[in-house]
Amino acid sequence: MEPSQLTGMQAATTSARWSMPIRVMLKAFVLFVVFNLIFSVIDPMTVLGRFSAYNILFPGRQRLPYGDHPELAYNVSVLNLDAMLASHELMAAPKSADEFRVLLIGDSSTWGWLLKPTDTLAAQINRAHMKTSDGRTVRAYNLGYPIMSLTKDVLILVRALHADIQPDAILWLVTLESFPTDKQLFHPLLQNNPSPTRDLISRYGLALDPNDPQFITPTLFDRTIVGRRRDLADLVRLQLYGVMWAATGIDQDPSMDYEPAAIDLEPDITFHGIKPPSFGPRDLTFDALTAGKQAAGAIPLLIVNEPILRSNGRNSDIRYNYFYPRWAYDQYRAMMTDMASAQSWRYIDVWDLLPQGEFTNSAVHYTPAGAKLLADRLADSITHLSIPSGQLGKINAP
Amino acid sequence: MNLTQILVFAAMVALLYPKGPNGKPSRGLACTWDRIRIRVVQGRGWVILVASTLALYWLQSSSPIRSLDFWLPTASLALTTLVWVVIYTPDRAAWRTAVPTIAVIIGVVALIASTRYFDPLCCITATRPPDIFTVTVGILIVAVISAGAAILFRGRARRLNWIVLGLIVLFVVLKLDIATQAFSAILRGLNGQDTAQAAVSDVRWLGFSYIAFRLIAALRDRVTARPAAPGKPVPTGLSLREFISYVIFFPALTAGPIDRADRWIKDYRNFVQTHQPAPATTPRPFGMDDVVAGAGRILLGVFKKFVIADMLAIIALNSINAAQVTAPGVHGSASFWGLGDGGLNQAIWTWVLVYAYAWRILFDFSGYTDIAIGLGRMFGIKLPENFDRPYFKPNLTLFWNSWHMSLSQWFRAYYFNPITRALRSAKETPFLPEQGFFRQSTFIILFGQVTTMLLIGLWHGITWNFIAWSVWHAVGLFAHNRWTDYQRRRNASDDPESTEQNELPLRRRLATTLSVLATFHFVALGWIWFALPSVSLSIQVFGRLVGIGG
Repeated sequence: MEPSQLTGMQAATTSARWSMPIRVMLKAFVLFVVFNLIFSVIDPMTVLGRFSAYNILFPGRQRLPYGDHPELAYNVSVLNLDAMLASHELMAAPKSADEFRVLLIGDSSTWGWLLKPTDTLAAQINRAHMKTSDGRTVRAYNLGYPIMSLTKDVLILVRALHADIQPDAILWLVTLESFPTDKQLFHPLLQNNPSPTRDLISRYGLALDPNDPQFITPTLFDRTIVGRRRDLADLVRLQLYGVMWAATGIDQDPSMDYEPAAIDLEPDITFHGIKPPSFGPRDLTFDALTAGKQAAGAIPLLIVNEPILRSNGRNSDIRYNYFYPRWAYDQYRAMMTDMASAQSWRYIDVWDLLPQGEFTNSAVHYTPAGAKLLADRLADSITHLSIPSGQLGKINAP
Repeated sequence: MNLTQILVFAAMVALLYPKGPNGKPSRGLACTWDRIRIRVVQGRGWVILVASTLALYWLQSSSPIRSLDFWLPTASLALTTLVWVVIYTPDRAAWRTAVPTIAVIIGVVALIASTRYFDPLCCITATRPPDIFTVTVGILIVAVISAGAAILFRGRARRLNWIVLGLIVLFVVLKLDIATQAFSAILRGLNGQDTAQAAVSDVRWLGFSYIAFRLIAALRDRVTARPAAPGKPVPTGLSLREFISYVIFFPALTAGPIDRADRWIKDYRNFVQTHQPAPATTPRPFGMDDVVAGAGRILLGVFKKFVIADMLAIIALNSINAAQVTAPGVHGSASFWGLGDGGLNQAIWTWVLVYAYAWRILFDFSGYTDIAIGLGRMFGIKLPENFDRPYFKPNLTLFWNSWHMSLSQWFRAYYFNPITRALRSAKETPFLPEQGFFRQSTFIILFGQVTTMLLIGLWHGITWNFIAWSVWHAVGLFAHNRWTDYQRRRNASDDPESTEQNELPLRRRLATTLSVLATFHFVALGWIWFALPSVSLSIQVFGRLVGIGG
């Protein structure tokens, strides 16, 4: 064999060696692009969110997933509403005949900030073994979520009602901090669910801008696997943390330390920039309450003005607590009472139910004992939810 | 190593392989670039040295002790140089070849240190490096010590054991919490920092274990002047560049494997010389096939480490969740899967955590090994395998022959074999009989296995839990050794038809499956000692596995 032939063969071999990895990389790149494009077009996040190992491999969560420190809380915040609900125990089993199913919606106090799942308001209601007048046992499900926004409450309620969960009643715990218009869309949960939130706005005529710049509308790239990588990872992590939830029953960092809620207050009389003497017509989103009522349809809905801390420290003559100047809160209570009366809503105001010592790190977060006091206070109202509102007046009449 | 670092290391390979057939440069604008690349290819040895040196500094984690993330890698380089000096007692010619290496190393170190003056470039180290004057003083001290050591140890091989002892002492300082804390306090004091803040976590010396293993091996080989295996001459006379490249070879810096110098150097020399035109009749020793194979191995490792292992880490047993596993009812969740009794439910979830830990540690470690082997392959070095499906072995001996194999082989070569050889050649042990269960040979095996496992355990950390883990495995290995011995003797005396060879295939397969399961569970349970920080918590977890304790 001639040397020139050998050189030619060597060159061909080397060339072949080069071409193989280039072909592999090219094919991998093309497949990568194709898969991402298909994913982007289909946008299967909603469907993927419904696949859950909860209630199959391990028990459903007693409250919606939320975790600032996943590795300690065995819980992770996800923005996929379907995944959130799919991980909840509510989705577990068909309702038994003797169950009176009550959904609780609300903010962090309903969710149970700094409380174990066994100490939340829902858990305290269940522990009380309440019976309705027709003999059914009250079973409360905690659909609270640690964000103060009425629109968020309606969003979760509507999503939950879409599932076949057959609620018998709804308990909606509210506080003034959830009402300001500027609070409605401030959280990523609402911003990253633009479609269902806009749907709420249009369907119930909420006084919110459907083109609010806070809404995050994903681009074609955002909807690819690469763009959704964080959401996908969170879905997987949510499933994995299910094992730890099942093993430990922990869904919130148990080592979390806190500063007690402030008693000495700033001499500030504004509320979200609103000055006394009164709220403007568009400052508070009462229409979200109406939306919730409409979403509930025939299901009895009880609105509860939840307990707040009443400070007796510095500047307590002008403020109740860190959140509320007195004028704003008093006016809010009066407006709530008037509106409930005008709309014939079932409404109960327990704002002053709890003493100062039953609050933890915030003016609306209470202790286990506080949750029990609240559950006891609401017991009659809950059991009366089984009675059609037309007959309620007769029962309540002296 | 994180994903960015892996990507950067892998991308560096592009420099090492010429473009186009036979590395012929292109024309036009690409010409200059190709010429540079060919120069780089011709200097592969230097690329490996510089890359490894830079990686040594880049991978070192930060420390609250000022500039420690600069001085620890520098200490690794100094130790390596020192050992080379004392092992090879270089002659004038060797020193001449070492000069360029020393110059390059000092240049790289100075370059790293100088980044403190160029904010946009600062810093390859985790924190700002010390000033040039301090670095110069440091380099001079290393030079003086190395020169002194060269004089002190010249022609006195047995004295090298003192350096081995020094490395072992350093091991103890780094592995014993109280000593590490004291060491941290000393370093803080030297730095003018608050000694009361000294913590164990202050001193995390990247790659020290693996560097020390390689140095100890080199020193012991010199002391014992290990004879070469037939047909495999020991490559004496490693140049300084070769020796440093071997000891701090960056793919194997953080998690091994621990390659032997004689094997490593063959690949290295083969690789650095491939820029020379290969004879027409021999294939290129390294080429794109290695790059492709290496890249594939890296991808596998990345998947194992960053996908599987990191996901399993969420549910793997650890010091926090071990104390948190509770029975249903305690946390209010209903008993699941109809398990009813809380203790049973608790036991099942505890098993899940233990299994998760067992698989996590395998995927984590073997994933890193895959990345190391893949990177090594791309750089022309075929690092030894470290794992060979260890959880599918039918007995503990085979498990240890397939788990962190390079570490086991290191301890076998440098501890177990010498110690058992020494015991066997020693005079009779007066208190042990020559026959029977507790005969001398049995004692030697037991002693060798227990002490070897103890050393492996203590290498992970000097704590009671690692001792317990070591004893757990030592007892297992000894029991298996005795059982094998018993079986061998029984089979020798039995009717041949009843021996294992004549067993039905199905029965044998079933026996193997049960053995694999039993071995896996023995190992998995052993990880409880390994994963947890205290003996009491470990015992508590053992109790929960069988439904005892709350």
